[in-house]
Amino acid sequence: MGRKRSSLHSIPLSKVAGGGLLDRRAFLGVGSATLGALASGGAGAASEPSLLGYEMPEWTKTPGRPMGPYGEPARHESAVQRAVQARYGAIAPGAGASTTPLQALEGTITPNGLHFERHHSGIPEIDPNRHSLMLHGLVKRPLIFSIDQLLRYSMTTRTCFIECSGNSAPNVLSEPPQIACGEIHGLVSCSEWSGVPLNLLLDEAGIDPSGRWLVAEGADAAAMSRSVPLELAASDGILALYQNGERIRPEQGYPLRLVLPGLEGNVNVKWLRRIKISDGPAHTRDETSKYTDLLPSGKAAQFTLRMGVKSVITRPSAGMAMQGPGLYEISGLAWSGAGRIARVDVSADGGKSWAPAALQDPVLSKSLTRFRIPFEWKTGRPVQLQSRATDEQGNTQLTRDEWAAQYAQGSYYHYNAIQSWKVEPDGKVLNTYDS
Amino acid sequence: MNRRVETTRLGWQTIALAALFLSALPNGNALAEGPELGRTATPEEIDRADITISPDGRGLPPGRGTAAEGKHIYLANCARCHGVGGKGGPADRLVGGIGSLASPRPIKTVGSYWPYATPLFDYIRRAMPYDRPTSLSSDEIYAVSAYLLHLNGIVSENFEINRITLPRVEMPNRDGFVTNPGWR
Repeated sequence: MGRKRSSLHSIPLSKVAGGGLLDRRAFLGVGSATLGALASGGAGAASEPSLLGYEMPEWTKTPGRPMGPYGEPARHESAVQRAVQARYGAIAPGAGASTTPLQALEGTITPNGLHFERHHSGIPEIDPNRHSLMLHGLVKRPLIFSIDQLLRYSMTTRTCFIECSGNSAPNVLSEPPQIACGEIHGLVSCSEWSGVPLNLLLDEAGIDPSGRWLVAEGADAAAMSRSVPLELAASDGILALYQNGERIRPEQGYPLRLVLPGLEGNVNVKWLRRIKISDGPAHTRDETSKYTDLLPSGKAAQFTLRMGVKSVITRPSAGMAMQGPGLYEISGLAWSGAGRIARVDVSADGGKSWAPAALQDPVLSKSLTRFRIPFEWKTGRPVQLQSRATDEQGNTQLTRDEWAAQYAQGSYYHYNAIQSWKVEPDGKVLNTYDS
Repeated sequence: MNRRVETTRLGWQTIALAALFLSALPNGNALAEGPELGRTATPEEIDRADITISPDGRGLPPGRGTAAEGKHIYLANCARCHGVGGKGGPADRLVGGIGSLASPRPIKTVGSYWPYATPLFDYIRRAMPYDRPTSLSSDEIYAVSAYLLHLNGIVSENFEINRITLPRVEMPNRDGFVTNPGWR
């Protein structure tokens, strides 16, 4: 308010690091500056603005369609889809994943229809009237709740990311896969979850002093089950009934999901039907055979529950193409299971020099955080873009080589290394392991 | 511990009064702040719903089976995805790789990687076979578990697997796991 709007040409575009990175404040106060556009798929130039006013389009000359009971995305955005990865084909079609198209989204909240999926035995169609939650084990009073009863409880709302610990696994392949950002890193999504604080029901049941862990179980055909220490789960766990304002969708756990902010996706048990309080973990198949990290020594790290600090530049990213020289905005996402993102540094010269990106407010704990930094690209200038996030605990990302050295060959869970995108002289953007 | 000390100080009259007061509250729980809408689960309901199995065998049901009995059950229900002899197919390899974990090409199977035998029964009972979960009887699950342990060279063909013997099976990678120090 009151500040004079300046044109792009009248503000100094100060270079802050190599490769064309500009001061993160360069866009502030910029009015209708023309920014370079990015096209996905690498084909053709960005479309020019059409000459509105000279030719009246049909949608302005006739009344539009009437109201509807439930909205849908624009028809012209129908290409923005999850990428479905069915690992076992027809033999087990419901065992697999679908990834959020991170490269096509902005802001920090994932639309419900684009939240990633990871199912072990498909999506159950649960009748909420025939579903209940049992809370038992080392408690003073074992309890059963209907969904209607849970809906009457005092609720809490919080925003947090959920990330599958198998996220980014394509980047452990020996050659960098040339697939979209979301196909590599899109087993992370961020929602506003609402439901009953886990603590509230644990208090009602009364935890026995010998109760140290909870074992949560879903009602899907895999009856997915995971153990979590109470000290990790109880403080901010939610028995979630709503996602981004509406009741949780079937593929996200309808009617009830255990949401444990910051912990690996698999323990955020969907279709939750039972919580058993126990003195130790059950060592289920999904916390021994799977979701464990094999180390070079041959030992394996178990219960790597808190997701590490991580970031990725979503635009530009692999599969896109720069549309001519000029000013662009680098945009990306950062998150940490340990709390808030403190800073994100960006490099355009493969890590030789770094500059801090602007973090979009509000920066929420254990949530996706949007970062942005302006960038000037010149035709013929090879560039290597990287982002490196640091959280409020001081945790920061490693290079791919440093990350891989911690684990046995082929181990892919909990991948959170720095991502590099190479912008080739002709503007094509590629996934690269160079650093 | 502190609570017990306080109790002795308070004296029996106070305790009796407190007990009367507590029992008058809905559901007898004075600490909860919620509306206490849940009802008490009966032992029968818990018994029916609780399928959790601990590595020490708690939760395992009655029943029994041997590898010799489990072979045809495996071939009929499991081999289509996991391969004949557990060598793998569209789904995970289940047999072999013992001693490979520290090598440049680690092979993770039931035999080489799983620290306990109890998750065999637990996982098969809750999730397998993929297209017909919960269709196998406890005897069949014990027998298939015995067969997979036998294919891995861990038990003999006629060793009976039941609720007592399964948790006692010594898996080759029993000491192969460390709790991640970063989990807090």
